[in-house]
Parts: sequence; structure tokens; C-alpha cells
Amino acid sequence: MIKIKNIFKSFGEKEVLKDISFSINKGECISIIGESGIGKSVLLKSIIKLIDIDRGSIFIDGEDISLIKFKELQKLRSKFGMVFQFGALFDSMTVEENIGLALQKLSNSDKLEIDNKIRESLEQVNMENTNNKMPSELSGGMKKRVGIARAIALNPEYMLYDEPTTGLDPIMTDSINNLISKFHNKGDVTSIIVTHEMRTVKDVSERVVMLYDGKIRFDGPTEDFINSKDLVVKAFLNGDSSFKENGVQ
Amino acid sequence: MKDIILYPLSIFISIFEHIGKYFDLMFKTLRSFRTWHLYLDSIPDHIFSLGIASLPIVIFTGLFSGMVTAVQAAYQFESGLIPTWYVGGIVGEAVLLELGPMITGLVMTGRVGATIAAELGTMRVSEQIDALETLSFDPVSFLVMPRIVACAIMFPVMIIFADLFGIIGGYLAALSFMDVSSFDFIRGLKSWFRPWSAIFGLIKGFFFGLTITSIACYFGFYTKGGAQGVGKSTTTTVVVSCLSLVVLDYILAALLL
Repeated sequence: MIKIKNIFKSFGEKEVLKDISFSINKGECISIIGESGIGKSVLLKSIIKLIDIDRGSIFIDGEDISLIKFKELQKLRSKFGMVFQFGALFDSMTVEENIGLALQKLSNSDKLEIDNKIRESLEQVNMENTNNKMPSELSGGMKKRVGIARAIALNPEYMLYDEPTTGLDPIMTDSINNLISKFHNKGDVTSIIVTHEMRTVKDVSERVVMLYDGKIRFDGPTEDFINSKDLVVKAFLNGDSSFKENGVQ
Repeated sequence: MKDIILYPLSIFISIFEHIGKYFDLMFKTLRSFRTWHLYLDSIPDHIFSLGIASLPIVIFTGLFSGMVTAVQAAYQFESGLIPTWYVGGIVGEAVLLELGPMITGLVMTGRVGATIAAELGTMRVSEQIDALETLSFDPVSFLVMPRIVACAIMFPVMIIFADLFGIIGGYLAALSFMDVSSFDFIRGLKSWFRPWSAIFGLIKGFFFGLTITSIACYFGFYTKGGAQGVGKSTTTTVVVSCLSLVVLDYILAALLL
């Protein structure tokens, strides 16, 4: 379980997150949505302590991550898999090396086990026969799929997706959404998706947390979000920017 | 008006912030030696890409710095009061003590320092360093430590090549353009030679290697922004490294000579 309690984060003068609190239960699939630059990725990265928060606490399975030491943090991070917006593949390594790196260096698996794990992971994301390709030879969608393969190879308990479908064509978006659902439903995995793509929200998530002006504007089931009467939520769903000019609070 | 007063103060604070963060990174690098066995296999790659691949440039600059020293020494000797066999001694001492290490250091700031800063900076802005962290890696152990070790090993080797080719350059220039025989050049070289000069050059090389690599790793590792940030980190690395080498050169000379 992830518990986020009264967190604040500023960058210089700009206060990005203001007193954010919510919990994510084990096995849940949740989307964090909001306008670009609202702090969704900051919130996601704070969960895995890639970004340090200014105030507040984040508890992962009851452990306050702001208090843990580096070694314990590394151990805690092994529970997580993260898919980055642009894949974040290591560009000097092949697809196979990207997926196998952590298995090779940080696990006790032998070469055969690692090779099997790489093959299985690539099969799951429909990227067989790309083992020896370099990231520069892959399209945006392929990079994201390899990113997913790299994350799932370590059997994480929590999967974090940072804008997994942004910038992809509708077919590739559908393919990535299916992969997220497939992996979420396969095991007892908790999925947290940062996105502003409504299709991903509708297809994949059970719950939506919407950020607006650094605070939580909506937190509830996806269906309630879609049928919400809140003006900001409705404006977001309809892609209507005029609500800001009308001074909606 | 307020901004004019506060601007120098903010620069001053920023410099201290950088120094603090730099030493913090170096402390983390030292701490990462506990897991050196995990990253041992990447050190030879860095030795090749940062060290061995740089040898042609080192040889080229070493050769010409020796040649220039010989020609300029001969120009000073035009009066005829100083015997020409001194050229060998001057070239040897100048190359071993100063030109070999310093010119190699400055050239490697551009070659190695800029490469490291650009590599790590690109990894930072494309979230590859974040990805390493999410995979439970210590990015300092994985990225910084092997590069620093590789350069600390390879810089003294580069200095040996720079010294050797600097002396060869001086020898060739003395024989080609001046009235100095091969025997005279070697006589001067031998009579002025002090082993400590060569050792001192190697010590400088070791410290220059540590300085350039650690500064490059620091600016690369903490790059902010996109392509512009990478460019800024690379430029800052070259400038700060060059200035640091000059200061370090003086400190080492004052302490060890």
C-alpha cells in the first residue's frame, strides 16, 4: 500500500504540490491526471524518491521513505518498475542488455535464467527478435514497449507509468494500454499511471486522481470521474480552456 | 539597484553550493568503492574509450610541444653564449616537468572532460540516470566511479606517452632546424635529467586525471534542462577543469618541488 500524506513540493518560487494526500491500495490501477506541468510526474517520481519532497510523508508498505537510508531505499526500489515518458533506454546498450542489466548485476540468476527472462519479457510486449537492436533503431512506441519489458523483467509489485501513451498513434496507444492492463491483471500488481490521455484513463484505470492548481481536484472511480459535474473536471474532459478565463475555482 | 547588489552575492553562494555538492558526490563515489566488484567489467571499456583512444591526440600534442620548445630554445641561444647542447636538457626538463602533463591535461579536458560531461548530461536529461535508480542501481557506482578509476589509471600512462613523444619532437626539431647533433642533444638530455622530474610529471598526471574526471562527472551528473543544459554542462566542465588544472599545477609544484 502507498500512503501519501500532506506532501508539498516547490521548484524555486513555484509551488507545484500543495498538501497532497491520498492512498493507493494493493492491486489498484490508478491514473493521476491533470494539465501539463501540473506536477503529475513530480508526484510519481516522489513516490520512488527520484525527487525529494519538501514536506510531508510517503509510506510504502508502512515504511516512511523520507527516513530510510540509501541501502534500504535501493531494496525498496526493487519492488518498483517504472516506465518513462520517452522510454529512458540506455542508449549505449542493446535491447537485450537494457533488459538484462539489472538481472545480471543485481540478481543471483545464472545466464540461462537471465536469457529466458529477457525472452519472456520481450514476448510479453510483442518485441521478439529485437534483442540486438540499439535504442536508436527503435520507434517511440517500440522504446516504450522495451521500457515496459525492462520493468516487468524484475517482477515488480508496483508499476509506475509516466505518460506511457503520450505522442503515440491511436493503434500504438491501444497496444500500450493493453500491455498495461495485461500486466496489471496478471499478478498482484499495483499500477500508477500518470497521463493526460483520456483514452488511457478510460481503458485501463479503476480510479482517477486529478490534480489542479497543485491540489487534488478529484479522487474517485473512473466512471464517477467521467460523469462528474465539477466544472474543472468537465472542462478537462471536453478539452475546454475557457474555464480558466472565466475564473473557475 | 537591489539586483546589482544581490547578483555578486548569489554567484558567491552558488559557487559554495557547487563546491558542497561536488564534495558530496566525491564522498558518494568513495562510498561506492564498497561495490566496486559489480562494476569492474566496465572499467576496461572506459580505459579504452577515455584513455587509449586519446593516445593519438596525446602523441600529436606531445610531439609538437617538444618541437616548439626546441625551436624556441634555439632562438634564445642565437647569441652563441650558451652551448647548443643545452637544448636537449631544456627540452627534457620542460617536457617532463610542465609541458607533458599540462598540455595533456588541457587537451584531455576538451577530449575526456567534455565527453564525460556530455554523456552523463545526456543520460540525466533523457532520464536514463533516473531509470538506473528505479532499477535499484547506485548511479554513482555505475557511472562515476568506473570513469574516475579509468582516468586515474590512464592519465599517468598518457603523460608517459606525452613525455616520450615530446622529447622525440624536440630531438627531431633540434636535428632538422638547428645546428645540434644527435650526440649533443642526448648529452644535454642526460646531463640535465633528474628522475624526480619524471615522477613529478606522473604524479601531476594522476591528480589531473582525478580532477578532470571528477569535475566532468559532477557537471554531467547534475545537468538540468535539455540539450541546452548538456551544452552548458560541457562548457562549464571545460572552463572549470582548465582553471582547476592551472591552480592544481601551482599547488603541486609548490608542495613537491
